[in-house]
Amino acid sequence: MTARWLVPEREGLRVAPAGAWVDPAQPAPLALITHGHADHARGGHGQVFATAETLAIMALRFGHPAARAVPVAYGETVTLPGGVRATFHPAGHVLGSAQILLEHAGERVVVTGDFKRRPDPTCPPFVPVPCDVLITEATFGLPVFRHPPIGGEIARLLAARGAGRCVLVGAYALGKAQRVIAELRRAGYHEPVWLHGALERMCRLYAELGVDLGDVRLVAGVPKGALEGAIVLSPPSALNDRWSRRLPDPVTAMASGWMRVRQRARQRNVDLPLVISDHADWDELTATIAEVNPGETWITHGAEEALLRWCELTQRKARALALVGYDDEDD
Amino acid sequence: MEAFAALVDAIVYTRSRNGKLALIIAYLRATPDPDRGWALAALTGGLDFPAVKASAIRALMMARIDPVLWQLSRDFVGDTAETASLLWPEPAEKPAPPPTVAEAVGELAAITRSNVAQKLSELFDRLDADGRYALIKLATGAMRIGISARLAKVAFAQAFGVAVELVEEFWHGQTAPYTALFDWAARGAPPPDHGDVPLLRPFMLSHPLEGPAIDAVAADFAAFAAEWKWDGIRVQVVHAGGDTRVFSRGGDDVTAAFPEIAAALDRPMILDGELMVRGSHQGGAEGGAASFNALQQRLGRKTVSAAMLRDYPAFVRLYDVLQVAEEDMRPFAWEQRRARLEEIVPALDGERFDLSGVIAAETLDALAELRSRARDAAIEGVMLKRRDAPYVAGRRTGLWFKWKRDPLTVDCVLMYAQRGSGKRSSFYSDYTFGCWNGDPDAGAELLPVGKAYFGFTDEELKWLDRHVRQHTVARFGPVRETDKSLVLEVAFDSVHASKRHKSGLAMRFPRISRIRADKPAHEADRIETLQAMVRD
Repeated sequence: MTARWLVPEREGLRVAPAGAWVDPAQPAPLALITHGHADHARGGHGQVFATAETLAIMALRFGHPAARAVPVAYGETVTLPGGVRATFHPAGHVLGSAQILLEHAGERVVVTGDFKRRPDPTCPPFVPVPCDVLITEATFGLPVFRHPPIGGEIARLLAARGAGRCVLVGAYALGKAQRVIAELRRAGYHEPVWLHGALERMCRLYAELGVDLGDVRLVAGVPKGALEGAIVLSPPSALNDRWSRRLPDPVTAMASGWMRVRQRARQRNVDLPLVISDHADWDELTATIAEVNPGETWITHGAEEALLRWCELTQRKARALALVGYDDEDD
Repeated sequence: MEAFAALVDAIVYTRSRNGKLALIIAYLRATPDPDRGWALAALTGGLDFPAVKASAIRALMMARIDPVLWQLSRDFVGDTAETASLLWPEPAEKPAPPPTVAEAVGELAAITRSNVAQKLSELFDRLDADGRYALIKLATGAMRIGISARLAKVAFAQAFGVAVELVEEFWHGQTAPYTALFDWAARGAPPPDHGDVPLLRPFMLSHPLEGPAIDAVAADFAAFAAEWKWDGIRVQVVHAGGDTRVFSRGGDDVTAAFPEIAAALDRPMILDGELMVRGSHQGGAEGGAASFNALQQRLGRKTVSAAMLRDYPAFVRLYDVLQVAEEDMRPFAWEQRRARLEEIVPALDGERFDLSGVIAAETLDALAELRSRARDAAIEGVMLKRRDAPYVAGRRTGLWFKWKRDPLTVDCVLMYAQRGSGKRSSFYSDYTFGCWNGDPDAGAELLPVGKAYFGFTDEELKWLDRHVRQHTVARFGPVRETDKSLVLEVAFDSVHASKRHKSGLAMRFPRISRIRADKPAHEADRIETLQAMVRD
């Protein structure tokens, strides 16, 4: 077996010679964080290596990301205890997201974290990194998941605006919300985009970090009439909450890769499912494995079974890792 | 096909009935013929392509995708059509533009078992995932998107501002893509010609007699005719063009199950009546019908054996006539239709058709008494029909009422009895009864809740009269107070709050349904039990 120095534990990937963990689910003395989503970045670690953007996101979420936060730029290599070298590369998932290349004992292992291959105006694109072991996510690891081009989904969102109504879009607070706004701007929509309070701070942080989102405003305190024909963003949990009663007859939309499957969309009780995902779909997952062409593929969270089967059919060495705590129901 | 696919998709995500209606209406208005007709057929379950079944879709997919990946996907998605639509490997470039619905239907209809894989894959290649989903749903006849045929017809009616009853009527005998229906509804052409085909006319239906309608009918009783309501299945027997069809109320053609009825009508007319089976449960003058259980033996059969025909012979007890030869009787008042029906029946095959009698009653109270005395198991209750009402489709307020014999009951204690009148003048035949106002073992009192003078047999009357005489504790002129030891089960149609009675309650049409000599008086019901039955 390859890369014995990298140990999949229930709480995350342990980099044994460095005494470090990648995206640990519990406080660790030394943590390498791929990106700022809550299921990957937790508070309470001793020392944290992450991109400056991810550290800023963690600071926003936890106050203090760690006792010692070490920013690592894309392409930069840091040396960990035990001589393990870690290099951060863009993952294209959300602002600050990184793949982490770990090098030790002449072996190269890439932990993708969450990633996608589609263009995203809010973060630099995924870069394929040659390696012996590719540790890939598999959130949408079923061949039914093929995300359509985002332009069409944004067009459907814009078309849903009607007289006397607003469109309320449920979107993950980190990444998805900002990407939807940026894509609206790209499509030539420059009206104010209205925000639920829970999205405001992250949008402001994005702007501070150089991602222009145009005119975004808080819904709170605005009269109902002013929101007619408008686009409003909220976290998915607020879609069917009392909060949405203040909106004028909202068309309820949800921006998520899960919206591809009707039954999932119906469970969300949405009128307008928008298939917009920050994760690789089936084609991206398989194309990435084929392109990187590692000696071994390790599959973490998601639908590991189907991706394992695909590796078997294409005669690739693969195994599934049972890691806990990763959950992307809201993507 | 894109518009139809978008409609199917939008319907899936729309929960409210009105929202679904609005979607279908918009589609029907915006879509040209014949596409909208085919779409309507798909929504109402009017399409069938024998060679295109779920198994064919599965086989097609198996030839293109690993069975393990198929199964994992199918398990996650939960629907074969959707899984296939998502998993179909799309060509880099579509070989042709998406088909219209009409074109797709044409292609599907031409598919045979031998070319199903080839033809389906050609269609799939021309569509996107939503289009494939809609196509598979349409092709396999299992839309299951929460649209009933009725809802689709309501949408059709609303889309073009025509009466849904007329849509129902003209629909029968039309086939997809319903061009004649669209010409009529959307373009003002004459309605589709029924020609010489035996077609169902929409049934006229009734409301239950309850609430304020009771007083309204009682006050205007002379305007209504009363008939027995028989416990069979309501049918329409239609003869046209030398063919006779028997339709059930749901619109199903049940001719095959009742060939002797079809064979017995040989002239052009449309009759409305109750289909029943003759049997041993002879019901006196009004009778001749076996219970519903006997009829069950005949229902739902595709063919009928000679033994079934012999042991469970069917007949129709006629209520109404809708058409005689070329003449549509429906615009005529009930009285005129009834007169015509009475002329017609003697000329019909008496073994298969008889006339449902009209009940002579001067008041609603008198009718209630007759209803309670009806002992025929085949009588379900009575019908009240406005004498001046035409035969109109559906449930029109105030024209027809059904008054069923399925009353509420409560156990009461006999308190007072009064002599009757006429031939009952020697009997104590009017009974006042009461319920407890609390726990009788803790000193509760009986409060009168009603009075009844029918519901019992002559034998029971004699027994009650004797009981009253032997248990009298006080006399007030023609009234005797009893020792309050006898429990009577009292049936009634409803109970209301009333200031006139000490109990605060008044029953509608109470009658003695059983003598409960076996039950001790303290076990009779309490006022609160009756109060719980108040529904106004």
